Amino acid sequence: MKMKLGTMAVAAVMAASPVMADLVFPSLSYRTGPYAAGGIPFADGYADYFNLLNARDGGIGGVMTSVPECETGYNTEKGVECYESTKGEGALVYQPLSTGITYQLIPKATADGIPIHSMGYGRTSAANGDVFSNVFNYPANYWNGASGAINYLMSQGDIAGKKIALVYHNSAYGKEPIRTLEELSKKHGFELTLLPVDHPGQEQKSQWLQIRREKPDNVIMYGWGVMNQVAVQEAANIRYPMEDFIGIWWSGSENDVLPAGDAANGYKALTFHGVGSDFPVFADIQKYVVDAGNAAGAGDQIGTVLYNRGLYAAMLAAEAAKTAQEIHGTADITAAMMRDGMEALEITEAKMAALGLPGFGPEFNVSCANHGGPGLVGMTQWDASAKTWSLINEFAPSDMDVIQPLIDEDSAAYAAENNIASSCK
Amino acid sequence: MFYREAGDFSTSYPEDSQTFPIRFDRYRYYLVLFVAIFVIPFTINDYWVNSIFLPFLIYAIAAIGLNILVGYCGQVSLGTGGFMAVGAYACYKLMTAFPEVSMLIHVLIAGLITAGVGVLFGLPSLRIKGFYLAVATLAAQFFLVWLFNRVPWFYNYSASGQISAPERTVFGIEVTGPNTEAWATYLFCLAFVIFSAVIARNLTRGAFGRKWMAIRDMDIAAEIIGVNPLRAKLSAFAVSSFFIGISGALFFAVYLGAVEVGEAFGITKSFTVLFMIIIGGLGSIFGSFAGAAFLVVLPVVLKLVGVDWLGWPTDIVAHLQLVIVGALIVIFLIAEPHGLAQLWRVAKEKLRLWPFPH
Repeated sequence: MKMKLGTMAVAAVMAASPVMADLVFPSLSYRTGPYAAGGIPFADGYADYFNLLNARDGGIGGVMTSVPECETGYNTEKGVECYESTKGEGALVYQPLSTGITYQLIPKATADGIPIHSMGYGRTSAANGDVFSNVFNYPANYWNGASGAINYLMSQGDIAGKKIALVYHNSAYGKEPIRTLEELSKKHGFELTLLPVDHPGQEQKSQWLQIRREKPDNVIMYGWGVMNQVAVQEAANIRYPMEDFIGIWWSGSENDVLPAGDAANGYKALTFHGVGSDFPVFADIQKYVVDAGNAAGAGDQIGTVLYNRGLYAAMLAAEAAKTAQEIHGTADITAAMMRDGMEALEITEAKMAALGLPGFGPEFNVSCANHGGPGLVGMTQWDASAKTWSLINEFAPSDMDVIQPLIDEDSAAYAAENNIASSCK
Repeated sequence: MFYREAGDFSTSYPEDSQTFPIRFDRYRYYLVLFVAIFVIPFTINDYWVNSIFLPFLIYAIAAIGLNILVGYCGQVSLGTGGFMAVGAYACYKLMTAFPEVSMLIHVLIAGLITAGVGVLFGLPSLRIKGFYLAVATLAAQFFLVWLFNRVPWFYNYSASGQISAPERTVFGIEVTGPNTEAWATYLFCLAFVIFSAVIARNLTRGAFGRKWMAIRDMDIAAEIIGVNPLRAKLSAFAVSSFFIGISGALFFAVYLGAVEVGEAFGITKSFTVLFMIIIGGLGSIFGSFAGAAFLVVLPVVLKLVGVDWLGWPTDIVAHLQLVIVGALIVIFLIAEPHGLAQLWRVAKEKLRLWPFPH
C-alpha cells in the first residue's frame, strides 16, 4: 500500500509539472460564463498555433513553447489570481482578451516588466508607446474600428445629417468608441444616438424599441458574448435591415449570427485580419495538431472568426519572440526581451506568406512611439445560406487626424495622473 | 482539557466581561494576532497576497459590516455591492482630489461617506421589513451602480468610465498602485480588519448591539421596552455601511487597482457577501471571518487541485467549482443552519469537556 501511494504521488507530480518548456505564453481564457462563446474559439486558436510550432518547428528558435491556461470567466478578480499565479512561471506576454482585466494589468504588468498585447481591445490610448511602455495594441484598436465603420459608411454615400445609433456594452469596453464617434459626428455632421446595454446583455428590448421608433440609418454595435446574439436576434425581430447594422470585430463571429438563422443574412462586421480557413497554415494545423489529437478544447472551432483571431494573436506573439531572439542573440528570452521584440516587430507580406498566412492581415511595423500599428480596418459580411463570413471591403486606413489627438490627450492624462516619464528616446 | 475555566478566576468586572474570558482562548487569539502581524508579512509573496490574503481580509470587513445589519439587527440587505461601490468611488474621488493626504484618512472618510449613503437608503427600513426591505435595498444596489455608470464626475470624465487607483502612501510607504510591496498592502488591510473587528465586537456586545438584537428578535417588543427603532435601525445601517464602505475602498484601491462599477460591484457581489455571512454564521464576528475565508479560499484550492495538480481542463474545473461550492452551501445550510460559527461553538463546548465528557 505504501508502495502504491508512493507511485501515485510520483505520478501526480509528473502529471502536474508541465512539459519542460522555456517560452511561456499564458492564456487567460474564459471557457465559462456569458462570454464563453467568444472566449473558447480565441483560446483554442491561441493554443493550437503554439502546439503547431512545437510539433512542426520544434518551438520558436529551438525552444519549446508552453501555453498554461487559466480560467478568468471574464471576471477581473479571477484575472488577478490568474496573473499572479502565472507570472512566476516566466510569462512572456499576457493577452487577457478582456478590456477590464487589461485595464487592471496595465500598471501591474508594467511594474513587473511583462508586456501586454491587447489586440483590438484594451486601453486604446496605449497605442502611445511613449507613455505605455509595456502595452501593445497593434494592429488596430477600438477607435480605428469606430472610424473604419464611419469611413465605410461614407464610401457608401453621404452621411451628413444621417442618424447613427451606437449599441454598446455598458462597460469600459463599450464606452471606448464614444469619444471618437462624437468627434467624427462633429466632423462629418451625422447625428449620434447612444444606447447602452448592461452586462451581460440578454435584456435589450428597450434599446431595440428605441431603434424601431427612431429608425436610425445605421446601427453600430460594440458588443461581446451573449449580447451579440441577442442584438442580432432583436434586430431581426424589428426587421431592421441587416445591411445597415455593423458590428465591431468582437461582434462578428459565427456564434453571433447563427442563432438568428437566415434573418441574420447581410449583417456586417469589421475585422483586422482574414476570415475563413482558406490559408495554407490550416493544412499544417490539421496535420500536426488535430490529427495528432492535440487540438485545444473540443477542436470544433477551427477556421471560425475568433479562432483565426486567436491564431493571429499567437502568430504575432511568436513573431515578436523570434524578433526578440534575433535582437538579443539568445533563444531563451525573458519578458523584458520579449517587450523589445514586440516593439521592433515587422510584419511583411513575405513573412506572412512564409508562415502559411498570405494576406491574413495588414503589413505593419511597431515602433517605440507607436504601439498601435497602422489601424487598417476591413469589413466582412455574413452570408446566412453559405454560413460564411466574407471580406467585402479591403483593409483601409482610418481617420488618424481625429484619432491621434484623442490618443495623445488620453495618454497624456494617464501619464500626468501616474507620473510616467517618457520612455522613448 | 482545552477551554477549561478551572483555575481561571476573574477578580474584577472588566476581566469577567472581556471578549475572551477563558485564558486558553485569549492566548490563542493573541497567537493568531501575532502570526498575522509579525510572521505572515515576512513570508508572503505577491501571489499569496493578491490571490488569498487581500480578498480574504477585504471580504471579511464587508462580511462584518453586513453581519451587523443582517445578523445583529435583522434588516435584510441586498445593497452590499452598491455600498461597496460608494466606498470605492468616494475613495477614488478623495485620492485624486487630495493626493498628498494619507490613504488611511481617505479610506476612513470613504467609510463615513458610505455610512451617510447607507443611512439614506436605510430610511425605508422604518416602514418596511423582511423581503420588502430586501427589495428596497436591491433598488439601492441598482441605483448606485447606475449612478456611477451614468455621471462622469464620479470617474473624473475618463473615456472608458473605469476608475484606476494612482499611487498613494501611508507614512511614506506605497499601499496603492502597481509598485506596492506585498507586506505593505497586507498590513494595511490587516490594520483595517483588526480595527473593524474590534469595533464591531465591542459595539455588538454593548448597549447598541443589545438594541439591534432586540429589534431583530421582535421590533414591537423592543419598542415597548424603550428601544427607539429609528435610532437603532439607522445606526445599524450607518455602522454596517461604514464597514462596507471601507471594504469597498480597499477592494478598489488596494486589491484590484482598477474597477468598473457594473462588473466589480454588481448584484453578484451583494450575494457573495450575503452567502459569506449565511455560511459563516449570522450574528457572529467569527462567522464573518469564517464565511469570507470559505468563499475566498475554496475556489483557489479547487483550482489548484483541479488544474495544477490533476491537470484537468480549465473549463471543467470552473464548472466543477460552481457545482461543489453550490453543493457545499446547500449541505451546510441543511446540516448546520447556524453556519461555521455554530460548528466552532459546538467544537469548543466538546473540547471543554474532552477527554472526560461525563
